[in-house]
Amino acid sequence: MEKENIIKADITIIGAGPAGLAAAIEAAKLKAKVVLIDENASPGGQLFKQIHKFFGSKEHYAKIRGINIGRELCNEAKAQGVHLMLNTVAFAIYEGKVVAGITPTGLVQIESKGIILALGANENTLSFRGWTKPGVISAGAAQTVVNLYRVLPGKCFLMVGSGNVGLIISYQLLQAGATVVAIVEALPKIGGYGVHAAKISRAGVPILTSHTILEAKGEKEVNSAIICKVDEQFNPIPGNEKELKVDVICLAVGLTPQTDLVRMAGCSFEYLNELGGFVPLHNKNMETTIKGIYVAGDTAGVEEASTAIDEGRIAGIAAASSIGLIDEISSKEKISQIWSRLNSLRIGPFGQSRQEAKKILIKARGKLCP
Amino acid sequence: MDIQTDIAAMLDSERKKKMRVINHPILGTDERKKKINIYVDDKPISAIEGDTILTALLAQGIRINRITKKRKEPRGLFCGIGRCTDCVMIVNGIPSVRTCVTFVEEGMRVETQEGVGHWKKKI
Repeated sequence: MEKENIIKADITIIGAGPAGLAAAIEAAKLKAKVVLIDENASPGGQLFKQIHKFFGSKEHYAKIRGINIGRELCNEAKAQGVHLMLNTVAFAIYEGKVVAGITPTGLVQIESKGIILALGANENTLSFRGWTKPGVISAGAAQTVVNLYRVLPGKCFLMVGSGNVGLIISYQLLQAGATVVAIVEALPKIGGYGVHAAKISRAGVPILTSHTILEAKGEKEVNSAIICKVDEQFNPIPGNEKELKVDVICLAVGLTPQTDLVRMAGCSFEYLNELGGFVPLHNKNMETTIKGIYVAGDTAGVEEASTAIDEGRIAGIAAASSIGLIDEISSKEKISQIWSRLNSLRIGPFGQSRQEAKKILIKARGKLCP
Repeated sequence: MDIQTDIAAMLDSERKKKMRVINHPILGTDERKKKINIYVDDKPISAIEGDTILTALLAQGIRINRITKKRKEPRGLFCGIGRCTDCVMIVNGIPSVRTCVTFVEEGMRVETQEGVGHWKKKI
């Protein structure tokens, strides 16, 4: 590489999605010198693909579409003087809070007093006969090419998975003019919120519970899908196969926290199914088991953009407080206010179990770092 | 399902056209206009500024980006955000470029990649 740069900052944040942007804004408001890194060409993470309105309270941007929340956060980060480094892949964390990144012009080394990792999540996949064929894509991929780049990856879709992602993206495919032939769900009941399921049902899309995908057919690309009814153990019941003429099979089968850099930093983890898999332990300040390294958003357990924003805010305030930019009492007060909002979001069948899982993380971290 | 027969007939003819979402109830009309010319396996293709290589190809109904090394199987879009590397192609002589996160540029030469591809350009 031709050029090596060293940048000094108070707080380095990796990932400019909802959590990272919120963290950057809060820390910068407290006069921290913030560097915000993202591998993509523009900030916002997945927000600019989310054309639906959000739930929750006013503080959680209820009734505002994800795209507009993204704009708001980006504008505010800019106004607060956050140093945004795009097209930059942070590939390592070294001792002494050093982040190494690669930019289009060469290597960069960022030295700071605190690091916030808001890396997001990876989509899960599902393997079945023919799943590697062009036309089998993740639900997020469909949302990306349709809502961001305004191109359909096919005309006629089968959605696998009836969680909120599967339901919402099915509806967004209809909005873009595509056909959704069916949504299949291996469980005996619909996974996502009733309000989303009702909306897609009213549009005439059948949600087939206790059904799974067996095969993606087509000589080179997908041109049909074989689905089948399953028993309580999720085994296909022979004789119940059905062929659907579709050219895209979308997989909406959950997300797993993206934690590569958190592992590299040496933080401790716990496996919690409710949060998507292995999740870094953290305290109420979102600090991991390594002092000065914080996590927020899906990296700290897969949830919603609204909870990611709040976790980001907490991490931003806590990191700023740890370097003396805000006194402890004020910081505690601010953080406890955000926690009560978070608790009000973590209710209902999904929220409650996530709230319990978060308690386990916090308790485990307390044991390791008394 | 009778509708299935209609859809099957529609698929082949429809896929190669009208893949762009011009009008959208939430996002409005796609106002992007500036045309960008690229070459795909030496064939000229018209893209729009702001397209990634992948979406420019999807707009033409092209969904195969590469052929695997051993089994010679086609691969295309999978994750759409630069994670899975299934959509890589040879771009301006450089193999294994992730087309879903690489934007089109005027005169760009894109080739279907076989296996791990080969370098045509020295860096």
